[in-house]
Amino acid sequence: MKIGYAVPAGLLAASLLFAGCASNDNNNNGNNGNNSNTSGNNAAAQTGNGATSSPSATADSTAATTADFTTAIDEYRKYVIEQCDEFVKQTEGFTDAVKAGKLEDAKALYAPARMYYERIEPIAEALGDLDPNIDARENDVDAADWRGFHKIEQALWQNNTTDGMTDVADRLLKDAQLLRAKVETAEIDANLLVTGAVELLNEVSSSKVTGEEERYSHTDLYDFVANVEGAQKIYELLKPELAKKDPALEQTIGERFTALLNELAPFKSGDGYVSYETLKEDEVRKLSQNLDALAEPLSNMGTILGV
Amino acid sequence: MKKKDKPSWGNAGTENELPKEDSKEQLLFDKKLSRRDMLRLTGASSLGLLLGGGGMGGILAARKAAGQAGQAGASPQHTGTDIIPFYGNHQAGITTPAQNFLCFAAFDLTTTKLSDVQKLLEAWTAAAAALTSGTLIGSVNDNPNLPPADTGEADGLTPSKCTLTFGAGPAFFDDRFGLAAKRPASFSDLPAFTGDSLEPQWCGGDLCVQACADDLQVAFHAIRNLARIARGTAVLRWTQEGFQRTGSADPAGGTPRNLLGFKDGTGNPDVTDEAEMRSVVWSGSADGPAWMNGGTYLALRRVRFRIEVWDRSTLSDQEATFGRHRQSGAPIGARDEFAELNLEAADASGKPVIPPDSHSALAHGDGSVKMLRRSYSYSSGMDLKTGQLDAGLVFISFQKDLMKQFVSIQQRLSKNDRLNEYMVHTGSAVFACFPGVREGGYIGETLLG
Repeated sequence: MKIGYAVPAGLLAASLLFAGCASNDNNNNGNNGNNSNTSGNNAAAQTGNGATSSPSATADSTAATTADFTTAIDEYRKYVIEQCDEFVKQTEGFTDAVKAGKLEDAKALYAPARMYYERIEPIAEALGDLDPNIDARENDVDAADWRGFHKIEQALWQNNTTDGMTDVADRLLKDAQLLRAKVETAEIDANLLVTGAVELLNEVSSSKVTGEEERYSHTDLYDFVANVEGAQKIYELLKPELAKKDPALEQTIGERFTALLNELAPFKSGDGYVSYETLKEDEVRKLSQNLDALAEPLSNMGTILGV
Repeated sequence: MKKKDKPSWGNAGTENELPKEDSKEQLLFDKKLSRRDMLRLTGASSLGLLLGGGGMGGILAARKAAGQAGQAGASPQHTGTDIIPFYGNHQAGITTPAQNFLCFAAFDLTTTKLSDVQKLLEAWTAAAAALTSGTLIGSVNDNPNLPPADTGEADGLTPSKCTLTFGAGPAFFDDRFGLAAKRPASFSDLPAFTGDSLEPQWCGGDLCVQACADDLQVAFHAIRNLARIARGTAVLRWTQEGFQRTGSADPAGGTPRNLLGFKDGTGNPDVTDEAEMRSVVWSGSADGPAWMNGGTYLALRRVRFRIEVWDRSTLSDQEATFGRHRQSGAPIGARDEFAELNLEAADASGKPVIPPDSHSALAHGDGSVKMLRRSYSYSSGMDLKTGQLDAGLVFISFQKDLMKQFVSIQQRLSKNDRLNEYMVHTGSAVFACFPGVREGGYIGETLLG
């Protein structure tokens, strides 16, 4: 919850131009010569090649001025809208069950509905108060302001009831609909894509891995997977540009997504995932380490933005 | 956006620091618009910030890169007595006089490809050369669109005698990497010793890095960045920090005291005596596989002291436990710290002056077996179960043969040492520390190359 994304588009464009003129090529990320590093920690690669990287003015200015993210941005907006449409639909099903007092139905619908939100969380975070209204956990906000999914989660799993949740359910659905309306106009630029992908994984790292996100329902793995899928979507969209700029990095990120998803696979159960409580300590640690292994090179995707 | 809010002026230094061989364009740029001019022109507006993040930052990075290239790699921007050379016949951090602080890290490899391990060691080598010379690692530290390659907390600090010592554990020679045939014959996990209370989270590891420095932040920075570089190839298995009295607290540089209050390391061999080091520490051509020539074996024991129990034992008990006087460090009955341990001396009633089961007597034995100790104290908060301090010793020794040296001494100690009452071994690991790295080479090259 933070980060204004509204300004940078214009600034960024100017910045790219300026960098092109100044032809400060040595800062061209040192990545061009890194093809050998397929195991590919990018920071390591930079270390290895930094001192010897030679200027490549042409390549740099070309990349900086011609990198065109229009397609990626359009595709991502399409994806966000699809996810939002489905999110509203699923949330409606969930809130209907809550209001009808169908406890078990509500429990079953809770985590799957949230996945549509978790995939596009950075967008929601960029849209003012929507994220806290929809997704705040107890103590994230003042008690009086607490609403949204986790308030209902507490009622369903801790208090084992839907009582008193009708208003919360109504507001949640309204917030979901508002999100759907707002994403039409959300400012999406290449910078948001790059930072958003990292942020999705940071979300996993700071709250899902620890089991804090879904402290009553223990459905953290649904969020975990959804965050990773959301980041993967962005990676897929930026992949062509990344392959041009730093093929080794592109390949490494791809491999690490595969590795992480393989780690997650055994925890599938039916259409969903096992309770986070059933994970053993070393299983959690391994997931966390695989996540860090992915997030590290992913955080270097900004290399496609030029300087 | 946060990163962009901060213009890079702070890193610019003065104009005088500009290397002469900077490209013409940079010089032109600097001439046209000095930093101050630019600030004035832009009035620190968003445009100014923009230039800071994009244009100027790039130039600063270019300048830094040019500087590094001009200095042929490892040459530091710092000079003076607080640099310990990274390259050499032997790794640093072994016969190097112990710095003030230790950060020790054991890693587990997550890859099963030997080529990945080699790449990791190559990347670690490049990083280590920078870390030990006080320069930022990597070339990308000013690009606003990327996380800086160096995490930055040691930026501007002196090298602080930072040394990084790398080794491989016995597990590295299992069936994962096809290196079983290269395992030195006598190199394996330590046998169980009487009284061991080892906890798995303090034991073993495929690789180790011993970071030592006169500044804890510098040592931590090294481990943190090496762990970061390893992501996707290796993960941390355990880490332990250590300390001893600092040089400034003890300008005379006396033998440091452990947390039991006694001097520790008095009987160490002389690291300046090359013949002695060859006979005690360095593995030679007659000692094992050729790839270990110039290397050595590290034994580490995490020893928790029963501090509260020790603190209520009498001074005479404490001295009899060590076989030395607490204040002077001299053997019981002697006045000079460095006096020979005379284990034959007896009092009027015929009792040995130095108890045969004292720590010094047992560790010394007949004096024929030596090792180079390089231990640090540790403090890891408190034991939540008992409310007692979790503090003790990160025992580290270097020797050319673990079995003949560390193990034979430790077997003696573990059975009879009076000190056992006041301590418990909670961690254990051994590593084959590679020979030194030549410039252009990489850590472990003799094994993997």
